[in-house]
Amino acid sequence: MYAQMVKSEASQEDPEKLAAFQKRIDANEKIEPKDWMPEGYRKTLIRQIGQHAHSEIVGQLPEGNWITRAPTLERKAILLAKVQDEAGHGLYLYCAAETLGVSRDELTEMLLDGRMKYSSIFNYPTLTWADMGAVGWLVDGAAIMNQVPLQRTSYGPYARAMVRICKEESFHQRQGFDIMMKMANGTPAQKQMAQDALNRIWFPALMMFGPSDKDSVHSSQSMAWKIKMNTNDELRQKFVDQTAPQAEYLGLTVPDETLAWNDEKGGYDFAEPDWSEFHDVIQGNGPCNADRLEARNRAWNDNAWVREGMMAHAAKKRAQKVAAQ
Amino acid sequence: MSDPRNEWPLWEVFIRGQHGLSHRHVGSLHAADAEGALKNARDVYTRRNEGLSIWVVEAAQITASSPSDKGPLYEPAESKVYRHPTFFDIPDEVGAM
Ligand SMILES: [Fe+2]
Ligand SMILES: [Fe+2]
Repeated sequence: MYAQMVKSEASQEDPEKLAAFQKRIDANEKIEPKDWMPEGYRKTLIRQIGQHAHSEIVGQLPEGNWITRAPTLERKAILLAKVQDEAGHGLYLYCAAETLGVSRDELTEMLLDGRMKYSSIFNYPTLTWADMGAVGWLVDGAAIMNQVPLQRTSYGPYARAMVRICKEESFHQRQGFDIMMKMANGTPAQKQMAQDALNRIWFPALMMFGPSDKDSVHSSQSMAWKIKMNTNDELRQKFVDQTAPQAEYLGLTVPDETLAWNDEKGGYDFAEPDWSEFHDVIQGNGPCNADRLEARNRAWNDNAWVREGMMAHAAKKRAQKVAAQ
Repeated sequence: MSDPRNEWPLWEVFIRGQHGLSHRHVGSLHAADAEGALKNARDVYTRRNEGLSIWVVEAAQITASSPSDKGPLYEPAESKVYRHPTFFDIPDEVGAM
């Protein structure tokens, strides 16, 4: 999802302590920053929350691409507010990760030099205005699927960040669907643009949930620790079941000929995405990987003088205050 | 590696959501100084009118109890059940009390 393929770490601690810890988790007690926790739990969470935070931050880029070209002033203001929310989500999550003993700068550096990942979805381009609709509808829709259960995750600061985020996500998905409705009911060319956006974003959106359960090797420990609440396939199925009728409502066609309601399982049958493409994008070879990392590195480097200047100014003011006393 | 001394310090943010309520911890953020922390808190934690008043406290200034003292720290309260009204049986005839 926003955190795909997070490898969970094994723990080599005292079995008694581990058992007591697991008992707390099973009793749905929240684990708080100062509590004892297995090293593996701590490391896995840093990786997962960090990757989630990076996804929120890098996720601003494909949408930021259209802020100056939104078709109306109202759409522009809405998109700006949506992208600003994503920055906020990144900040909530970085703070949650920092409670585990990693610094903000370390997290940033691991994103910038590629040691930490962000969601594969943000390595695809946003080519037309309709993509703003499809991204809000599908990408934020997929994020919601994953984030709602994470509100019950075992790590207190992460769960609380998720509660804040979930409150804001529904606006994101609705503004996207609203764009899609306008386009789908517009001129034939506008409707075609909406269809084209759905065609391009459908499978990358399905990839957000991560590899199929049969190939997903790291899930069981994370599920026992309640830092992963559902399997990848469960969430993907839920997403398709919710989204396919919405596409129908729009009068658009999901780019999957095998998509069909299956009465017996009470859900849709659908085609899996091309997993070789997924792994390729994760490896850094997607259409926009280089652009995204370049943009983040540029922002970090070009604004270093602001960060340093603010610190120098704060130090100067502190010194003046002491001198005046 | 960046120099950790150059990282903006961490601030804890407390917000009064409505008239009559106390300030409540909502999260944290980084800022160079207190004014910056207030401005950032407005942008990060009150984008939807969540607050009437914001407090920011540098995280390093907070002293917290440690979870391992839980037992001894709260023991004095545990042994004093008579502090709760339910400890006393008042006959029904007396009425509400
Ligand atoms: Fe978000
Ligand atoms: Fe969002």
